[in-house]
Amino acid sequence: MIRIEGLKKSFGKSEVLKDINLQLKRGQCIGLIGPNACGKTTLIKSILSMVLPNDGTIYFDQKSIAGDETYKNKIGYMPQIGRYPENMSIIQVIDMIKSIRQFDGQTDEELWVAFGLEQAKHKKMRTLSGGTTQKVSATLAFLFSPDVLILDEPTAGLDPLASEILREKIIMERQKGKLILITSHLLNELDDLLTDVIYMQDGKIVFFKNTDELLAMSNHGRISKAIGHYIKSAAV
Amino acid sequence: MNKITNFIITDIIKNKIIIIYTVILALFSWSVLSLEDNTAKAMLSLLNIILLAVPLMAVIFSTIYMYNSSEFIELLVSQPIKRKTIWLSHFAGLSISLSIAFILGIGLPIVVYSPDAAGFSILLMGLFITPIFIAIAMLCSILARDKARGIGIAIMVWLFLSLIYDGIVLYLMFQFADYPIEKPMVIMSALNPIDLARIMVLLKVDVSALMGYTGAIFKQIFGSQIGWIISLGLLTFWIVIPMWFSLIKFKNKDL
Repeated sequence: MIRIEGLKKSFGKSEVLKDINLQLKRGQCIGLIGPNACGKTTLIKSILSMVLPNDGTIYFDQKSIAGDETYKNKIGYMPQIGRYPENMSIIQVIDMIKSIRQFDGQTDEELWVAFGLEQAKHKKMRTLSGGTTQKVSATLAFLFSPDVLILDEPTAGLDPLASEILREKIIMERQKGKLILITSHLLNELDDLLTDVIYMQDGKIVFFKNTDELLAMSNHGRISKAIGHYIKSAAV
Repeated sequence: MNKITNFIITDIIKNKIIIIYTVILALFSWSVLSLEDNTAKAMLSLLNIILLAVPLMAVIFSTIYMYNSSEFIELLVSQPIKRKTIWLSHFAGLSISLSIAFILGIGLPIVVYSPDAAGFSILLMGLFITPIFIAIAMLCSILARDKARGIGIAIMVWLFLSLIYDGIVLYLMFQFADYPIEKPMVIMSALNPIDLARIMVLLKVDVSALMGYTGAIFKQIFGSQIGWIISLGLLTFWIVIPMWFSLIKFKNKDL
């Protein structure tokens, strides 16, 4: 569904992405993990063409995304830190995106209801707490039932209850056969969500493996431990 | 594109500054036009106010608006919208709202007091100067990531075009007074949108007789129909070129 070939990106002198090659398929729920500043967010922003690569091509459904924007109709994106026009209320932001997207089908308002945003809908974006802003971002990402979901640190800033709601939602969407890409530092949270894991370090992909495979290679029952185990054994 | 433009216009109107701008322009023009008996003199006062205030307002307001809009732009880029559409919608939104303010503030009194060639040329020039300085503001906002720096550059450009440039022209005029400098003078004036706008209006107010030999040359060159077309073409260039550069910059920007 998404194919990345030879992707390179540097900001000034620092090389953030060094020759990334990936193939992501429908039905996968991929955890993109790695230490801080390893290029996770840059990779995600490249897929959304918010960051433009120096070299390499990204294909969405076999078509290069360069100079195209229609493919974003099929993507729901939840940014790490959602930045919204400060003077708009929550409902205005949602309505504006709805009118811009010209979406024909039924919008998915499950998260809107579950997060209780209805009660807060007239609040201005600048008055919202970080967690509520994240709830708005999550609602927007799932609103148009997109084929691909890209979630950058989805649970950062969310309270445990909201985190759980979002988790349930991700599991439901996974069962519909969507491609889901999640970044997170918190491995424990992702344990029973993922089908695959991408581990990045210093702008390179260290490994891209199926979770079953990872678990089989170590005798730990949890993905988080298996990844740690794998990294250590690879270093040796 | 229309939806985003509409959205920006409503956002700007909600921001009360544009209403204050309209009221101030209206106060200026109603008082100047009703207090002065000599229409030509009134037009000259009005022209000087317009050529100072309108570019300043356009350049500062638009630069700040573009910086404040950065979150909105980031949100739009993650949606299925062309970057070109996002950028041009901002330009259209700013131009339309500031032009409406100008028409309400200056246009109405002019239509009431002086609906002649001079009056309409002032209106037309205002409607060129506004988008020119919006385009310059958008270019400044994309060239500098830092807000204070961007606004600083924008004000410097305004200062240069409205004051310093004239100073340079005057200085050269005195230095080379013994030489036939009319042609270079015409070219220099034509390259500054504010000067060009001033000349276009002065020729219609018919005070160019006061400007002596240089005035006659100006009249000869800019007064003809071809002169008008060339001047309007130059003013259009002042909109298109900064806009085009800023659009290229924006298309290649990492957000």
